[in-house]
Amino acid sequence: MSGEALFEVEALNVTYVDPRRSVRAVRDVSFALGRERLGIVGESGYGKSTLGRALLGLVQFPGIVEAQTLKFQGRDLKSFKPAEWQALRGRHVSMVMQDAKYSLNPVRRVGEQIMETYRLHNSKDRREARRRALEMLDAVRIREPEAVFDLYPHQLSGGMGQRAMIAMMLIGNPEALIADEPTSSLDVTVQNQVLRVMDELVAKRGMGLILISHNLSVVSSFCDRILVMYGGRIVESLDRDRLESARHPYTRALFASAPSLTHPVETLSVVKRDPAWAE
Amino acid sequence: MSSQPRSMIEVDDLHVSFKRGRGRIAAVQGVSFVVSAGATFGIVGESGSGKSTVLHAIAGLVPAPSSAVLIEGRPMPTTRVKSDRRLLQYVFQDPYGSLHPRQTVDRILREPLEIHRVEERDAAIAAALADVGLGPEHRYRYPHQLSGGQRQRVAIARALVLSPRILLLDEPTSALDVSIQAEILNLLARLRRERSLTSVFVSHDLAVVAHLCDTIAVMRLGRIVETLPVATLRAGEAGSAYTRELIAASKGYSRAEGLGEA
Amino acid sequence: MNDVLSPPSSRFAPSGRDAAPRSQAQALLGSALRRAAALRRNLLATIGLAIVILLVVFAIAAPLLSGGASPLDQDLSSRLLPPSRAHLFGTDDLGRDIYARVVYGSRATLTIVALVSIIVAPVGLAVGTMAGYFGGAVDLALMRVTDIFLAFPRLVLALAFASALGPGIDNAVLAISLTAWAPYARISRAETASIVRSDYIAAIVLAGASPARIIFRHVTPLCLSSVIIRLTVDMAGIILTAAGLGFLGLGAQPPTPEWGAMVAAGRDVILDQWWVATIPGLAIFVVSLAFNLLGDGLRDAFDPKSS
Repeated sequence: MSGEALFEVEALNVTYVDPRRSVRAVRDVSFALGRERLGIVGESGYGKSTLGRALLGLVQFPGIVEAQTLKFQGRDLKSFKPAEWQALRGRHVSMVMQDAKYSLNPVRRVGEQIMETYRLHNSKDRREARRRALEMLDAVRIREPEAVFDLYPHQLSGGMGQRAMIAMMLIGNPEALIADEPTSSLDVTVQNQVLRVMDELVAKRGMGLILISHNLSVVSSFCDRILVMYGGRIVESLDRDRLESARHPYTRALFASAPSLTHPVETLSVVKRDPAWAE
Repeated sequence: MSSQPRSMIEVDDLHVSFKRGRGRIAAVQGVSFVVSAGATFGIVGESGSGKSTVLHAIAGLVPAPSSAVLIEGRPMPTTRVKSDRRLLQYVFQDPYGSLHPRQTVDRILREPLEIHRVEERDAAIAAALADVGLGPEHRYRYPHQLSGGQRQRVAIARALVLSPRILLLDEPTSALDVSIQAEILNLLARLRRERSLTSVFVSHDLAVVAHLCDTIAVMRLGRIVETLPVATLRAGEAGSAYTRELIAASKGYSRAEGLGEA
Repeated sequence: MNDVLSPPSSRFAPSGRDAAPRSQAQALLGSALRRAAALRRNLLATIGLAIVILLVVFAIAAPLLSGGASPLDQDLSSRLLPPSRAHLFGTDDLGRDIYARVVYGSRATLTIVALVSIIVAPVGLAVGTMAGYFGGAVDLALMRVTDIFLAFPRLVLALAFASALGPGIDNAVLAISLTAWAPYARISRAETASIVRSDYIAAIVLAGASPARIIFRHVTPLCLSSVIIRLTVDMAGIILTAAGLGFLGLGAQPPTPEWGAMVAAGRDVILDQWWVATIPGLAIFVVSLAFNLLGDGLRDAFDPKSS
């Protein structure tokens, strides 16, 4: 981790309160994010997305967020009011989600939505906003930005939609990006194109990136550092070059259970879930 | 060109198209292949390649000319007689949509037995559950009380309860987490050995297909681009550029790569 | 094979009884109890249910609950008396005890509501599921017939039928049923059309099931909740239509007490002796509201996403 910490998180807990049975979706999570790529990997239902949302103040009732420390660029997020969160989102921290079809407004043209984000956080001038929006569409390697500008979200292919969303989320020039399963609904060839786009932009702008995914190969090939989550907890933290030296049984089992094209096995290894991991 | 016509699937110049607005979309165009008895044939492709449609056509779920699909050497029309239904069963992709939400596991497994008037249903159901690694405590549960992996096990049990000779699997593990996928793939491998099933396995995931299948067809935009044995695929010695592209892409993201374009 | 440990996603999925049911009957019971519990948590729906149950109790036990007074005894010397201890709701223009008439009137209401439901739900389900399942010409024909019945305003059509058939509760039931079945056909067809596309239906087709088996045993149970919910919400309308018919002299005939007819009878004296028309009107209002609240609660309890 180099330079200042963008996010500082200590003892973060998110609990979903229910009269019958409360669920602790995120337990005692601590980490720091600098201008690097941090991957958070784990299987579904184990709190990764909730963690991402907690960082953006998007956890709603009945979810309750508590933390010892939750800071962004030194500012205390625990005491943030709605207006402060709004000023933060899009301008300093953005989020890219799984399927653009569900996160873009289906009844407005793509270009307009990107423009709106710009005008919200930067200049209100329409011409300037339009120019910047087209620039962003080009930066995400969309070949005909003018044409795509006027399309509706449902007219975009999966990969284009994701890139349009990246354009929209990065136009405000945020310092940090949280990507929650950004490529999970895409074909594998398209996945790499979208990852390439994120790679370039994050590198060029010196941003911090949190990539949340259940897809091991994406996270391990894209990120500098990886956090493994199980049962809402971080069970292991690894540097990308040290994947083989993973120590926690869950991490080892997770990596071993994916079938490999080049290293076939007769029987895939299975994760024997130890209840102790969740405690 | 079949020497033993037992449990063999032959797809011969299959064309399937769907109405879309005023025109038609050709989902499958001229696909042909042969699966011999006991083999596991894989079809891999990206979305829109038509791989699932091929499977639907073999099962009779979409209209296709009867000459296009032959099972055990017999042409199969789209509307099948009840006895033919026992030959061939299907495991669907979405564990959350393939089980009737208002029926217990017991009911789901019982119904095919009732339809075909099989005796000793209780025993058959208990055996099917045990075979897929589920215990009696799951027998009277509803689908919403089961996890994704458990639902897929029920779906597999349902497919096997009539002892079919052919199993069609449409991305059965795509919606599952990697560790659950491993369990299901191991289960499928074991069942295939124990029951000498003939299977066709469709997936977008090369590694998964390679794990289970002997021969693999690569589909793109409704056509088979290439058919190759799994060893060749693993060695990376694919004939067509598209297959090589898929192999490269499945290795994950690499920053040093040259730039592909959309 | 290791998978008996509790899977991750079930931590967040609500599960009623955690001990595994050991038979089909136990499974059904568990499911019913979970729904009942969900319903009970909704206060308004529980109130609605309580009132509906009260309606049934009053209808069945009318002789016991009317305090001995007869709904039919006229006493012209006690005409139009205001509510008092002797006559809880006062008396009408023929000296009959209004409380007794309201209690006995619940029978007419309950009869109409029950009979209409028994006719309308199965007919609507049958038409809708067949249209949705077979599609094509069958769908076209059935839905156009449905459209015709849907096009008419309910009360007007009911009036026309009732006038043609003649007065009386049976004819009123028939008339109301003829106007009320069409929405259920439409609901069932819409649900069926989406159900039929699902994988679990494809699976049972692949197992060799006949269309009849699929429609009766797989499709209909899934349409049932929408139909039941619509029915409870429609009750209010059915009661009001029945009251409307009664108001106009069709439906239940004097001297049988029927709330709508009672409101009509009290029309002339509404300004001075408000209770004659208002009390039966309130009864109609309370029961309609109860069914509405119950219907809302049922919709939440039956919602597949939460069950």
